[in-house]
Amino acid sequence: MHGQMRFIISMRSSRFAAGFLAAAMAIQPAMAAASFQQKMPKDREVLHALDRLTFGPRPGDVERVEQIGLKKWIEQQLHPERISENPILAGKLAPLESLTLSEAETVRRYPPQQVIAALADGRAPLPADPKARAAVERLVAKYKARKGMDPGAGEPESKTPITDILTRPQIMTLRRGTPDEKRQLLGSLGPGKLDDLFTALPRPQRQGIMAFVPTDTRRKLLWLNAPPAVINYDLSEAKVYRAVYSERQLQEVLADFWFNHFNVFFDKGADRFLLPAYERDAIRPHVLGKFRDLLGATAKSPAMLFYLDNWQSVAPDRVPRGRRARGLNENYARELMELHTLGVDGGYTQKDVTEVARCFTGWTIKAPRTDGGYQYNDRLHDRGSKVVLGVTIPAGGGEDDGERVLDILAHHPSTARFISRQLAIRFVSDDPPAALVDRMAKTWMKKDGDLRAVMKTMLESKEFWSEGSLRAKVKTPFEMVISAVRAMNADVDFAFPLANQTAQLGQPLYRKIEPSGYSSLSVDWVNSAALVSRMNFAMALAQNRIPGIAVDMSRFTGDPEQVAKSILFADISPATRAAIQKALDTNDQPVTPALVAGLLLGSPDFQRK
Amino acid sequence: MHTRRFFFKSSAAAMFGFGAMPGWLSRAASRTVRGRKVLVAIFQRGAVDGLNMVVPFGDPNYYALRPAIAIPKPDGTGESAIDLDEFFGLHPSLAALKPVYDSKVLAIVEAAGSPDPTRSHFDAQDYMESGTPGRKATADGWLNRALPQVAGRPSPVRAVSLGTALPRALRGHNDALAMSNLNQFQVREASASGTFESMYEGALDQTMKGAGRETFEALKMVQTIQRQPYAPANQARYPNGRFGQALQQIARLIKADVGLEVAFTDVGGWDTHVNEVGARPSQGQLANLLGNFGQSLAAFQQDLGDRMADVLVVTMSEFGRTARENGNRGTDHGHANVMLVMGGDVRGGKVYGDWPGLGPEQLYEERDLAVTTDFRDVLGELVAGGLGNRDLAAVFPGYTPRFRNLL
Repeated sequence: MHGQMRFIISMRSSRFAAGFLAAAMAIQPAMAAASFQQKMPKDREVLHALDRLTFGPRPGDVERVEQIGLKKWIEQQLHPERISENPILAGKLAPLESLTLSEAETVRRYPPQQVIAALADGRAPLPADPKARAAVERLVAKYKARKGMDPGAGEPESKTPITDILTRPQIMTLRRGTPDEKRQLLGSLGPGKLDDLFTALPRPQRQGIMAFVPTDTRRKLLWLNAPPAVINYDLSEAKVYRAVYSERQLQEVLADFWFNHFNVFFDKGADRFLLPAYERDAIRPHVLGKFRDLLGATAKSPAMLFYLDNWQSVAPDRVPRGRRARGLNENYARELMELHTLGVDGGYTQKDVTEVARCFTGWTIKAPRTDGGYQYNDRLHDRGSKVVLGVTIPAGGGEDDGERVLDILAHHPSTARFISRQLAIRFVSDDPPAALVDRMAKTWMKKDGDLRAVMKTMLESKEFWSEGSLRAKVKTPFEMVISAVRAMNADVDFAFPLANQTAQLGQPLYRKIEPSGYSSLSVDWVNSAALVSRMNFAMALAQNRIPGIAVDMSRFTGDPEQVAKSILFADISPATRAAIQKALDTNDQPVTPALVAGLLLGSPDFQRK
Repeated sequence: MHTRRFFFKSSAAAMFGFGAMPGWLSRAASRTVRGRKVLVAIFQRGAVDGLNMVVPFGDPNYYALRPAIAIPKPDGTGESAIDLDEFFGLHPSLAALKPVYDSKVLAIVEAAGSPDPTRSHFDAQDYMESGTPGRKATADGWLNRALPQVAGRPSPVRAVSLGTALPRALRGHNDALAMSNLNQFQVREASASGTFESMYEGALDQTMKGAGRETFEALKMVQTIQRQPYAPANQARYPNGRFGQALQQIARLIKADVGLEVAFTDVGGWDTHVNEVGARPSQGQLANLLGNFGQSLAAFQQDLGDRMADVLVVTMSEFGRTARENGNRGTDHGHANVMLVMGGDVRGGKVYGDWPGLGPEQLYEERDLAVTTDFRDVLGELVAGGLGNRDLAAVFPGYTPRFRNLL
């Protein structure tokens, strides 16, 4: 070992140990409720704001906010349209085509097996775009050829062995080559060969290849194997890129909050095709607007109509000709009140659920698997009068019955309180003080559910800036992954592996089955398996072992204090400091800045915000 | 067998020091005295065709409904059902389970399922895993609620799912681990592991400190298992594939006596709308899946040997498939299904459940096998009799399971 080049951090023990106690006091989450009355130290405010209103500070962010002024910076974040967007972001999002399409065109360009089968029988429409049409036609031809071969075969068997695709030296390059050698090799293969190679590789190894080809090729490889998988790829990549690169950070944090509040599960049937338009048109435009608009957009979205079954809900006496009797489906009505608006204790009864369900009969989808657009179908609608939360909705309202329900719910005091509390849980603490929630709810009622105004009340409250709020939140897996990438100032050329890491930590993106969405409470994220995954992710990121993510360690000097400062943006806790000190003192292995960085990202300190 | 078990116990004890042996470890060591069993729940995702998995060849309607894809009556060849009781027979690809059935370790429950009428995979899986059909608001899963309350700290590996994410069934307030593989449950850099441990150990942040302590205990526990090279006993051979490997890892955890109480794993691919049955009964999508499924279960039983007396395995699937075949040599979403129960103390070698029949007036909604045994009747009996948790009102709220005397 002695002869080897080893990069050993120079120890500056005296400085490293200084400020030990001061740090210990400052960093601990406060326990008592009284702590919401106590102001946090002035010098913690900027970091606190960055921790809560962004996906974590990048190097230089603290200084930038100080320069702009904290108040002004928050005001900017509340008005994202006034912030000029990071030019890098547009370039990253540009290839993610499915995010820009209508629901109908998405099904056509990313057809699942059933649609390919239907296309083969001439029972489904092809994409309008000529290039996309030609590609889908090739898929269908491939399908027909396969079908003709063996009716008993479940999986396509005609995999070319890898030794028929690549020479031995090429296989070695793929296994052990440098990134540049891999990139060169894969670039030299034609598209056909690349596809064969991709198909021949076991699933986990495919990602390894994807890191070394351009985004367009990645999408194409995925598409040839399972077209709808590209939609999940596009959604996940965009979510990661926006969280990492957007200058409009609060908007992205809120888009995450509101998508989660109105959660839709990617893998429920047609929702795969409906999700991009849902996030784009129903959620994102309204995150700082009026709640009623957001609620209305989700209620009418094909994604939600499909996810919570309202599209199949039919007035019991109005079964259309030729269809099987289905009757009333209460799923949406129940979740609408329990999760989207009033809250489970918001004062509604089972009778209200049924009445609301009756109001929404006829709110349906043209054809979920081929067209996807919202449609009101009067023939399915319950024409009688209804009573919702004590308000009579007279007979004959038609489509307006649903709008009336949304009006009642959006302006209900229970909704104001329930959602204010949800926001305070996300932004302030797991158990936010009732006084804060009451003030936010008051703003809601006064300002007609203006979400920007409600946010403002919260961000100007003494509770937000109190000891009780300081470092009171444990990062969710997505927040942990993104904040680590931002703290390391990593370059993301391939975001999908970060989405996979997030899934590994327990939060697969767009794949929360239940309508409740993901919890933001620490009890739900702090467990053994997740903690080990966090540590492993931290080490892998710092040591540049995640494909497509580049971390530049050269900005770190040999001083561990500097490494710590530039990752935590604050002093480290005594136990973390002591543990790293011990690792430095033990000479039997090299301690690199990357190792220190990995240890810090996996430390208890970095799991909080 | 005994020497190996003794070794594990003593090595685990040595790891913590005899004086500091945590409560769960001494409980694990006295497991046999307690007589509680490890409950292994297996989910066949996608809705397996129970009518071709365990074939009702004695019901003439079966053949009338499935002219192209029925499994022929037992004729001694590998292209026919394997007779169990002159009415039901196993799919020929489940041949590996016949000796298990004959040795009375395997019981079959026919026409079992959920009372909820949904034919959505998503909803039906959700209901079966929450254990509350028709109730979406249930936040946790039946298997998590099934864990008995214990005094003191439970084993860090008392509830394990083999798979990347924690399944719905195991979510809840009791700690549960998800790992895709025992060998992957580790801090990859050994040197960093110690540093992480002291960071969390010394943290003033009580949440992190507590989680850290549990994590590193679990890591050490699993490490002692990882260090032992594992060879399945009794010449058991697990087939390739994720499911067989998952069962092997569960067997490994059981044999290590580290306090495992419940385990979960799943196996997908059963949504056989097209080409369920190939040119011959032993071919096609279902035959391939069942071959792997049956061999994996048989290997698990063989590997555990006498230890099967401490184990209960139960299989389930969200709903059955249509009694009638469709136009693509497949079947569509139906209602009742079949469940398997395996274990040393199971009254096996018998097909349980009332057979509702496949006649036109007997079918549920004129198309599917009707449910005569609620899936919670089966699970409830295993939870009470196996895990020793008699508070079934908490495990299956709003439902009182009726035992079928499987145990």
